[in-house]
Amino acid sequence: MFDYTFHWRPALRALPQMLEGAVVTLQIAVLSMLIGIALGVVLSLMRQSKSPVLNLIASTWIEIARNTPALLQIYMAYFGLGQLGIRLDSFVALLVGITFNNAGYLAETFRGGFRAVPQTQIRAARSLGFNAIEAFYMIVLPQMFRAVFHPMTNQMVWAILMTSLGVVVGLNTDLTGVTQDLNVRTFRTFEYFAIAAVMYYLIAKIVTLGARAVAWRLFRY
Amino acid sequence: MFETALTANDLWFMAQGAGWTLLITAIAMAGGTLLGIVFGITRASLPGWSTLPLGFLLDIFRSVPLLIQLILANSFIPILGLRATPFTVSCIVLALYTSAYCSEIVRGGVEAVPQTTRRAARSLGMSWWQDMTAIVYPIALRVMLPSWIGLTLGVMKDTALVSWIGVIELLKSSQILINRMQNEPLLILMIAGLIYFLISFPISRLGARLEKRFREND
Repeated sequence: MFDYTFHWRPALRALPQMLEGAVVTLQIAVLSMLIGIALGVVLSLMRQSKSPVLNLIASTWIEIARNTPALLQIYMAYFGLGQLGIRLDSFVALLVGITFNNAGYLAETFRGGFRAVPQTQIRAARSLGFNAIEAFYMIVLPQMFRAVFHPMTNQMVWAILMTSLGVVVGLNTDLTGVTQDLNVRTFRTFEYFAIAAVMYYLIAKIVTLGARAVAWRLFRY
Repeated sequence: MFETALTANDLWFMAQGAGWTLLITAIAMAGGTLLGIVFGITRASLPGWSTLPLGFLLDIFRSVPLLIQLILANSFIPILGLRATPFTVSCIVLALYTSAYCSEIVRGGVEAVPQTTRRAARSLGMSWWQDMTAIVYPIALRVMLPSWIGLTLGVMKDTALVSWIGVIELLKSSQILINRMQNEPLLILMIAGLIYFLISFPISRLGARLEKRFREND
């Protein structure tokens, strides 16, 4: 019944290659988070604005990002935009897809975060002579980010897990892509992907623990 | 502009894909919720150190990409000498994946019930089972239901990944159509997205409304 011999040695020999892939995975995740945070702040402000046009754009973006699979969004960036004459390579398509998704989810998170900042604080800042922009950057934003730090960490882990979808549109430089390349050359599927799974687990844990350390450092009085 | 090679048959093909998406979601949610309730109550009831191994195991399902879990399961089952269709594999993996998230929801719900309330129930002579069904369940349900609905939607969207191991669900069926027609991926993907949206959006609205109602009545 059990007549399969595990071959871990070639898989372990590929470790340096896979580590390089892990770096690419982290790059995509960090980039998509940074752009996603910026877009998410803008989207959640647009959603609170009184202009119906801005509101509609933001709601459409957020609802599409939250109610369709991330893989479909990546397909859209890769195949869909291709039909419109915007040809993205798989790296950019993956980045665009994940960023679109991140921005939608983060906008909702930020909406709750903005609500956690009391209105009186803005008034207090304005009466101390801050102008509206200064009050937003120096009073509201920092407090908002503190309120949503934990959900943001979760989103970061999600972003890392989502980068594995790149292989579906043919990306072969991230961790899953490198693993899949090795897999089609050797057909040692289980061994290679088991090592990839361990690496994803470690990356996710390092990010979570790192975020906890940062939070402890920043948000302690 | 609006000429398309898409026929009614193709739309029916996509609808069938959507049917598989819903079926896999239902099976994964049923299995995952049952397991999640068991794991969640275990983790909430036993002392922390004794459930650390279980917690670690469930954490793996939440920290490794689902795509890789599917690939691993799909290659490990033949290694064991068993046979399983991709459909079975995806249902098993998704159920375990769901149970990892569901156990956290259940644990949070059970822990949201004040200890004093439960002690009062026990001192009134209720058994553990009565305490669980008559006291913990109704109170915890209001905490759990909105997150559980969110989880259902998450799992529904995650079923898109089972296309990689060869299950023809909604996304895979649209990909097959894209490959066949070559020049209109945008339309096909938009239809697929619309179907996902039509399934997901009403339920997410329902979840938001429930959450609001529960909060108002607290």
